[in-house]
Order: sequence, then C-alpha cells, then structure tokens
Amino acid sequence: MSSISFDAVSVAYGTREVLAPYTDSVASGEWLGVIGPNGAGKSSLLRAAVGLVDSGGEITVDGARVRGMHRRERAALVAYVPQEPLIPDDMAVFDYVLLGRTPYIGYFGTETGHDREVVYGVLERLRLGSFAGRMLGALSGGERQRVVLARALAQEAPVLLLDEPTSALDIGHQQQALELVTELREQGGLTVIAAMHDLTLAGTYSDRLVMLEEGEVVALGAPREVLTAERLGEVFHVCVSVDIDPDDGTVVVVPRRGFAT
Amino acid sequence: MSIDTQMSMPSAAPRLGLGARGWYAIGGVALLVAVVVGASVGPAGPAWWRVPLELLDRLPLIAIDSGVTDAEWNIVWRIRMPRVVLGGLVGGMLSIAGASYQGVFRNPLVDPYLLGAAAGAGLGATIALTFGRGVTSTWPIDPVPTAAFVAALATVSVTYAVGASFGGARSGATLVLAGVAVVSFATAVQTFILQRNLDVVREVFQWILGRLSGATWADVQLVTPYVVVSCVVLMMHRRHLDVFRVGDVEAATLGVPVARTRLVIVIAATLGTAAVVSVSGLIGFVGLVVPHVIRLVAGAGYRRLLPLSLMFGAAFLILADVFGRTISSPAEIPIGVVTALIGAPFFLFLLRTRKLAP
Repeated sequence: MSSISFDAVSVAYGTREVLAPYTDSVASGEWLGVIGPNGAGKSSLLRAAVGLVDSGGEITVDGARVRGMHRRERAALVAYVPQEPLIPDDMAVFDYVLLGRTPYIGYFGTETGHDREVVYGVLERLRLGSFAGRMLGALSGGERQRVVLARALAQEAPVLLLDEPTSALDIGHQQQALELVTELREQGGLTVIAAMHDLTLAGTYSDRLVMLEEGEVVALGAPREVLTAERLGEVFHVCVSVDIDPDDGTVVVVPRRGFAT
Repeated sequence: MSIDTQMSMPSAAPRLGLGARGWYAIGGVALLVAVVVGASVGPAGPAWWRVPLELLDRLPLIAIDSGVTDAEWNIVWRIRMPRVVLGGLVGGMLSIAGASYQGVFRNPLVDPYLLGAAAGAGLGATIALTFGRGVTSTWPIDPVPTAAFVAALATVSVTYAVGASFGGARSGATLVLAGVAVVSFATAVQTFILQRNLDVVREVFQWILGRLSGATWADVQLVTPYVVVSCVVLMMHRRHLDVFRVGDVEAATLGVPVARTRLVIVIAATLGTAAVVSVSGLIGFVGLVVPHVIRLVAGAGYRRLLPLSLMFGAAFLILADVFGRTISSPAEIPIGVVTALIGAPFFLFLLRTRKLAP
C-alpha cells in the first residue's frame, strides 16, 4: 500500500506559525497518533496533508508530490474524516457513502456499477448493510460515526486521516470505531494518521506517537517512550500517573488529584 | 468526533414511496395538464373543452373534428400559448435556479434573487422606465427587458466580486452577506429614483409585481436560449450539488474544485434568472418554495430535485397564471401575488403535515 512522508512541512495562518517544519515518514500500514494540547497544531498537520491549508515543505505519498497533483488524484490517495463532519439529515446512508466515490467520477460523469459495488461492500464490512436506505437524521451517534468512516473508506485511499475520530462517542463506541480502523489496517494495509485527545486510546492503537506543543514536536516514538508522567505534566500541565500493563505493554494514563508542577 | 447537523429541512420523514421514474412521470403529467388547461381557459376564444380536442387533432395521425374555427385557434395560438410557454419557462427556470442556489449555499431559505438578480433587474427596469421613456418611445424594441437583464447580471457580478475579495468564494457565507449589502444598495438607489419621479411609480410597481399578460412568441424566443443553456449547465452539476451538501471542506477533500464549481453554478442560475425576470418581472416565491415542496415529498437529493423543480415549477406557474387571469376576469391579479397567495398556505400545510409524520 502507501507510505506518506513529510519533509519540513509547516503551516502558518498569516504571520502566525501553527506548525513548525515537521519531518517524518509514516510507513505503509502504520498508525501514527498525533497528540498534544488544544491548539498544538494537530489539526493543521492533518489539514496540510490533505491539502486544505497551504503549507511549506513537501508532502509525498509513495514518493509522489501531493502539491502538484490534481484534486481528484489526491483524493484517491488521501481520505480525511474531519473533527466535525457535516451530516445532512435528509440524505440516505447509501447516497452519503457514495459521495466517497467522487474522486473516481469524471466532472460530468456519473457513478458506475463498480462504484455502487464498492459502496455496498464497505457498508457490509461496517455492518451497515441494512442501513443503506435510512436517512442520516434517523441514526444514532455511533451509527453516524460508522457511516462517516464508511464514506472515507469508500474513497479507497491508501492513507486515512482521522481528526479526533472518537471525541463525541461513549467508551463503547470509541472502542468499536478504533477496532474497526485497526481491522481495516491489518486487512488492507491502510496507513492511518489520527489526531486524538484520549492519550490512553492513542497509545493503545498507535504504532508511534508524535506529541506537539505550540506547533513544535516535543516527542516522537513508541507510545511508552512518548507518554511519560513528567512530559505530560510539562506539556499538558496535568498531574497523571503512567502505568504500563505488564502483560501486553499497553500504556495507561491515569489522571491524579493535584496540580502539575 | 462531534457531529454537526447542517441547516436542513425539519424532518427526515419517509417520502411517498415512489422511485425517480414515478416522480418524473407525475411531473410530466402535471406539466402536460397545466399546458392544456392554460391553453383552454380564457375570456375570449372557443369553448374550453374544444381546445384539448383541437390540440389532439393537431397531433400526427389523429383526426378529430373539434369545431374550433381558425379565428378561435388564432386566439389560442397567438395569445394564450405564448403566455403558457413563457409561464412554463419562467416558473421552471426560477425553480431550478432556486434549488441550485439553495444547494451551493447549503441554505434552504435562499432564493434565486439572493445575490441581487431581482434587485438589479428592478433597478434596471426603473432606470429604463424613468429616464429612457422620452428617448426610447420611438425605438422598435422595448428597452426595459434589456435594461433589467443587463442590470441583473451586473449586480450579481458586483456581489460576487465584493464577496470573493473577502474570501467569499471559499466560504459562501461572505458571498451571501455581500449579496445582502448589494441588494440593499440597489434597492436604495431604486427607491431614491422613484421618490424623485413619482409619475413612474405605478408603472414600475406593475413591472415588479410580475406579469405574463401580453406575452408573445418573440418573448419566448428571447428567453429560451438563456433558459436552455442555464438548465443544461445546472443539470450537469446535479451530482456536485449533492457533494456540496457535506460542506465545502469535505467536498474539497473529495476532489471537487469548490470555488470554481460554485461560480459555474451561480453564473448559470443567474443567467437564466436574469433572462426570465427581464420579461416577466419579479415573480417571487416560486424559486423558494417549489424546491422545498419537492424535497418534502420526493426527497432532497439534487439528482432528482433539479429536474422535478423544472417540471413542477413550470406547471405551478402556468396554473397560477390561469388562476390569476380567471378568478376576477376580465381584471387580472398580478402573477406574483397569486404565487404567494396559493403557494404560501399550501407550503405551510405541507410543512405541518410532514413535520407531524412519524
């Protein structure tokens, strides 16, 4: 599948730099978690990767420069699930997921049988087959979440960017959504970059974490290297203890009473 | 991820269980009925029931003795039919343009006059009627439609230029606000001119209220090319309007050139709107309500909404015109008044029944 590389990628809004030059390479099938306090530049990094904001430096997918690409070409390589997707209540689930096929349909074209097959396939995989004809407004939060993910997957892009994918979900739905992405990653070699607030979840599902603070990288590496109580205290101004599960090595971040020093 | 719901119609209630073909068939029948009724009803001319027979007679391979004389047929063909066809073009155009505007701005309260097409046309007509009368009284053509058309296009261009310079082409919201400002300005200029030239107030108001009376085949010929081009372009962008429903950001990540596509749709919708209002005056309500009603009964997807808006908008305006010219015959109620008088209560009724649906 595909790897995505960042070579000194920076983002500035006017004169304010929100992401300092960032260099990294996310291997094919890898999950990179992006963490950091509000305003650290997590969303800016994702938005730069999908071309929603102008950025300095160079982003490449499998060596191909994203900047020079046609919009549809880029959309076929990188799918993006925003923090707050706009969900039209009066649109049917099938039609919504079909929008994910947009990059493959010519300007004046219409969807083919193959596009419809892809959509049905994704709906089945996400256990949404029986929802195809329902209106989005009639779905629960968790179901909508899956539908949004389905639309991104129908895009069949090898790189999936998720911006706070589970922040509005209860713990059960959070887990279901993240397990689903993991499953797809393992089956299809999907490369995932996900900005996340829940540090324990971020550590559990990511291969590597990058921690940002005011646009700068403060740590980059395996979850147990990045998530230390001292660093979290410094960056998030929070008092936590960090436990490592002796069985599977999962990093668990537990908030404690008191103020960070 | 928190889920944001766009400003949308109040209910996602189940639609009447009809497929797209079923709705197109109903739309076609409605349009046909409207045309036949429009051609059959009127103060002078043959008995109403003879006209459908005569129309059948004129189809190939059918021969029926309708008893309509040549003189009577002249009334139907030269007076009623241009009016019916023009009404259909105006109603269909305003409805499809309204639906398209609602789509690109993702706002169900938008009508085709949003960016100043109506205010500009009104100003252009006012200027022509006020200052042009002395000069143009001997001209072979009426300058009012031309002035209205040109001023409508110019006004929308100003709105777009102003809005885009503040980044409106990207967000759409700035464009709407620019529209509000430009419309207010154009209306103020128009009011100022009228206030200083009270002798033309009546004439201008008659124009503003909209009329199809006196429509000729020449009027139909004048607007048809614009309506055809506009409708073809809009229909070709039906799928894009569906993509716009998930917002500019996601449309962009799906590979749609958002600003350019929006501009193309706005230009097409404005061109058609300016052309029809220049000959019919400012017929309100149709462009706002017809797409709404179709959304409520047939679903909100633009692939279906645009062609159905065209058909039902045309049928609605033809029938509204029949109503306006017969209810207090021989006097006529202005068509803009009729569309609001019939349309508003019907719309409220539909909104209420649909909202209460489970």
